[in-house]
Amino acid sequence: MQLQMNLVEEACKELYIRALKILPDDIKAGIDRLDKAETDSRAQVVLKTMITNISVAEREDNLLCQDTGLPIYNVKIGSNVQFDGMALKAAIRKGCERATQEYPLRSSVVHPITRKNNHTSCGIDMPAIHIDFFDQPDLVEIEMVPKGSGSENNSFLKMAIPADGINGVKAFVIDSVVSAGGKTCPPTIVGVGVGGTSDQCVAMAKRAATRPLGSSCSDIEGAKLEKELSIAVNQLGIGPQGLGGDGTAFAVHVELAHTHITLNPVAVNMQCHSARRARATFTSTGVVYGF
Amino acid sequence: MAHYNLTTPVSAEDIRKLRINDTVTLQSTLFGIRDATQIHMFDHDRKTRFDLNGHAVIHTAPNVRKVPVSKEFPAGYEPICIGTTTSDRMERFTRPLMAQNGVRMIVGKGGMREGSAQAFKELGGVYLAIIGGTAALETTWIEQIEDVDMDDLNPESLWRFKIKDFGPLLVAMDSHGGSIYQEVKSNVASKKEAVLKSLGITS
Repeated sequence: MQLQMNLVEEACKELYIRALKILPDDIKAGIDRLDKAETDSRAQVVLKTMITNISVAEREDNLLCQDTGLPIYNVKIGSNVQFDGMALKAAIRKGCERATQEYPLRSSVVHPITRKNNHTSCGIDMPAIHIDFFDQPDLVEIEMVPKGSGSENNSFLKMAIPADGINGVKAFVIDSVVSAGGKTCPPTIVGVGVGGTSDQCVAMAKRAATRPLGSSCSDIEGAKLEKELSIAVNQLGIGPQGLGGDGTAFAVHVELAHTHITLNPVAVNMQCHSARRARATFTSTGVVYGF
Repeated sequence: MAHYNLTTPVSAEDIRKLRINDTVTLQSTLFGIRDATQIHMFDHDRKTRFDLNGHAVIHTAPNVRKVPVSKEFPAGYEPICIGTTTSDRMERFTRPLMAQNGVRMIVGKGGMREGSAQAFKELGGVYLAIIGGTAALETTWIEQIEDVDMDDLNPESLWRFKIKDFGPLLVAMDSHGGSIYQEVKSNVASKKEAVLKSLGITS
């Protein structure tokens, strides 16, 4: 299968807009679940307003949240796909720029030192593009995640040491959630990276935070940690929007990698309640959109 | 827990009536302001031509479409999606915004800290919590972008919105030292030890 770059560009434009407008079903179900379980009356009002907002966005065909975020494109390429890597990156970038200018979306991207905004949502190494491979022969998947800044500003890395053990990891997650409070727009998905190198650890936390609700870590120890921490964070009382209540997080997700004998790194990255993502699947017969 | 319908601008007296857990619906005018706007106002000494005295500001940077100036779009901008950003980053600007510009209400999400609480108490101001991430809904409360200043900072310009039935908003910090965020913080701190214990961690 030959990957057509005009289709990639069009899809990357469409994905950014779709992601900003349509919340995935698993996230909608997650908000409903927290709403039904919530015991705090103020938190119930907050959750119901979030549910109303989802239906207003659908009715008015509008963006769910004004934060267009930092654009992230995660690409997975099958084993029998022919493609030009440089052209692929250029097509993704062009799609992102076109979504911003043609819709138009707020470009939330600035130069980190001059703070100049090109109004394209693009810049040096932005959008963030991650390319990986899988063993599906004639298939390409592109996932788009607009990562909001309220949650991204509360990202944490600790190079814990082996003597801190798994308890050091757990305590760091709890401390991070407490320190973020209402700033991350809870209820959140708390993404936790454990192990690897420092940069891998942070990247894993981001992948964990943007994983669909209901999915679990492929490693049995990681999955165990997810369950334990998911219960614990919702006993803290931070609640939706940090205004108190039970629903602090939809879930805690963990991703892990083997690490050095002297390392015990842990990273936390959170995704806000508007946990937006969209996916395009390319086959030899065309493009299909989903989450 | 009373509900107030307030038409901006408001007086110090109007503000002193408000207590945490009351709700407010705003009418008339709301100003949009953000990080860069306030960095330029208070760190670079730029002055706005808008009179913010007695007014409400919302921490925002909207999605807009540039259109020809008309009766419907007097500033040449059509609103697309207008929501709220995390207030905490703008903590150090609350006092100058109140003392120098006379702002009385800050609409935001996630809450503000002790410095803001002190400024609200001394100068007569409140923090009105809106639900972050519900911009589609908030946009329906905005009738028009009436005017814009410091637009070289776009999208972090200083925006003047014409609003109708903007709310309900929750009084989350009042002018008597009350703060829901402080209450939640103390509550979370008291629960944290038991949570850690449930994870097998004893200090």
